[in-house]
Amino acid sequence: MSYNVDKKGYYGEFGGAYIPEMLYPNVEELRKNYLQIMNDPSFVKEFDQLLKDYVGRPSPLYFAKRMSERYKTKIYLKREDLNHTGAHKVNNTIGQILMAQRLGKTRIIAETGAGQHGVATATVCALMGIECIVYMGEIDIARQAPNVARMKMLGAKVIPATSGSKTLKDATNEAIRDWINNPENTHYIIGSVVGPHPYPDMVARFQAVVSEEIQDQLNEKEGVTKPDFIVACVGGGSNAAGAFYHYLDDTEVGLIAVEAAGKGIHSGESAATSVLGKMGIIHGSKTLLMQTGDGQITEPYSISAGLDYPGVGPMHAHLYQSGRAEFISITDDEAMEAGLELCQLEGIIPAIETSHSLAIFKERKFSPDDIVVVNLSGRGDKDLDTYIKHFNL
Amino acid sequence: MNRIKKTLDQDKKILSIYFTAGFPQLEDTVSVIKELELNGVDMIEIGLPFSDPLADGPTIQASSTQALVNGMTSSSLFEQLKDIREHVKIPLVIMGYFNPIFQFGVEAFCKKCQEIGIDGLIIPDLPVDVYHQKYQKIFESSGLYNILLITPQTSEERILYIDSVSKGFIYMVSSASTTGAKSGFGKIQTDYFQRISDMDLDNPQIVGFGISNEETFNMATQYNKGAIIGSAFIKVLENKGINGIGEFIKSIRPNN
Repeated sequence: MSYNVDKKGYYGEFGGAYIPEMLYPNVEELRKNYLQIMNDPSFVKEFDQLLKDYVGRPSPLYFAKRMSERYKTKIYLKREDLNHTGAHKVNNTIGQILMAQRLGKTRIIAETGAGQHGVATATVCALMGIECIVYMGEIDIARQAPNVARMKMLGAKVIPATSGSKTLKDATNEAIRDWINNPENTHYIIGSVVGPHPYPDMVARFQAVVSEEIQDQLNEKEGVTKPDFIVACVGGGSNAAGAFYHYLDDTEVGLIAVEAAGKGIHSGESAATSVLGKMGIIHGSKTLLMQTGDGQITEPYSISAGLDYPGVGPMHAHLYQSGRAEFISITDDEAMEAGLELCQLEGIIPAIETSHSLAIFKERKFSPDDIVVVNLSGRGDKDLDTYIKHFNL
Repeated sequence: MNRIKKTLDQDKKILSIYFTAGFPQLEDTVSVIKELELNGVDMIEIGLPFSDPLADGPTIQASSTQALVNGMTSSSLFEQLKDIREHVKIPLVIMGYFNPIFQFGVEAFCKKCQEIGIDGLIIPDLPVDVYHQKYQKIFESSGLYNILLITPQTSEERILYIDSVSKGFIYMVSSASTTGAKSGFGKIQTDYFQRISDMDLDNPQIVGFGISNEETFNMATQYNKGAIIGSAFIKVLENKGINGIGEFIKSIRPNN
């Protein structure tokens, strides 16, 4: 059994391209060309070069000594937080801007929730001198002012999404509508492993550099190429897709996906899609999503804006349903405590998204010999306000 | 015989009106339908509201949000429409996004439509290939036409495929846009209308998106079998309610 995408764009029964006909030519153009472009040696060379010189890859695989002592297992942190722009998001935007150039596109659109993907997109557009429009929910604009300012400094136009709940889901709707209205010159840089095929696969491949590096780095440090477990948080699921990618079909490696339980899974304020979601269609993909009995998409909640999405990517829906990955839900409070713990044990301030992954060590026991790699997907600078409020700092 | 086919066989240009079920008030659905038929409309598209209508512009989005706030659901729509065929003879089509239909169960949804006397469905985010492989038999056994869309960017090869899978008519999206975005047609649109007309497809085409008044209606139907008005009609309902319907329809086809 393969846990990767099949030829038709499905992961098991999840995935596909459930899009209005207006989007078909755009998505089809991408589907026909993406693999060929990604495998082209000149593309590979340019992508690798930018990841090295501009993003600062490879990101270190760091043995977290004091944390390992506390939890009596071997914990490694994959330091995506040290990337340029502060998270794994840039791996994908570098790939997609090069893709857009090769497809002859002259205008970039993107959606963003907390603003990390928006900043990573604005960054690569500035780098390449391409027009950039970022859709962001009106509510998120108000609560993520520093990232809005960053995008503006980088030359992007930030357009508020004022429909629906005015958050990430609606920003994505607005970006899709923009694409419908601009079918020829525009490339849509989706920020996660969501959306119609080929997006989940393309984004996963761009993020796969994470697990590729883990293999080499682990070999260097431990003399093995695979860990016993890989842990990553899942909103849409791009950092998890990247960290899992080279281990998807190697069942000796345990995959642990961490979702945001918000104020508690059954509190009505949660983003734990694997528990609360049912199969449905969101943003062009058949996947697990949070919805009413009547099929209306509901609004998720998490203290972390990056995990605040009502669906998961189709790869993760399949990993959940097949039992290949273990899914764990972590509440706001548990995540915040784990974030603070990492600060004090290792001197690293993590993004709150990542703090969810770190919280599993209180929930789940590992053996002393287990090698557990946690994808440290982002740094916490953007979250200082939330940390300050939570801990009355 | 399916009412859509019967209507299209007539020697006249078709005026089809879209409105959102449960808007402006939850209980307005049936009154709007009756009033439209009374004023000579040829076909009606009943919009099943969805939380995330990707292909729609602000006007229809807002009406969907309001309808959901009013409490509209698939079940309540079927309940409202259960006796509709005692009063209304013109073709009725339900237009909705796939997720609510998928949750209801595609087969159960189609059966309900058949019981009530719905003639077709328009599901913009159900791609033609998925329909063809998974759902066509269910639609056909329920006597339902699935209306598929084409746009100015749809390739000729794909138009032929869509034509071969379609029944009733092809929904021809006038320009690259969401609903209600543009008004007025230029040479690009008329060239496109002419190009499709010259393809001599098996199914007639009805144009939607960007039609709001007599001028755009006449221009669109010069090349095609008919035209659909959505957002402009929703604005009438918003501003004048059901009482505004007669006047609006007369303004589109003053000589009818």
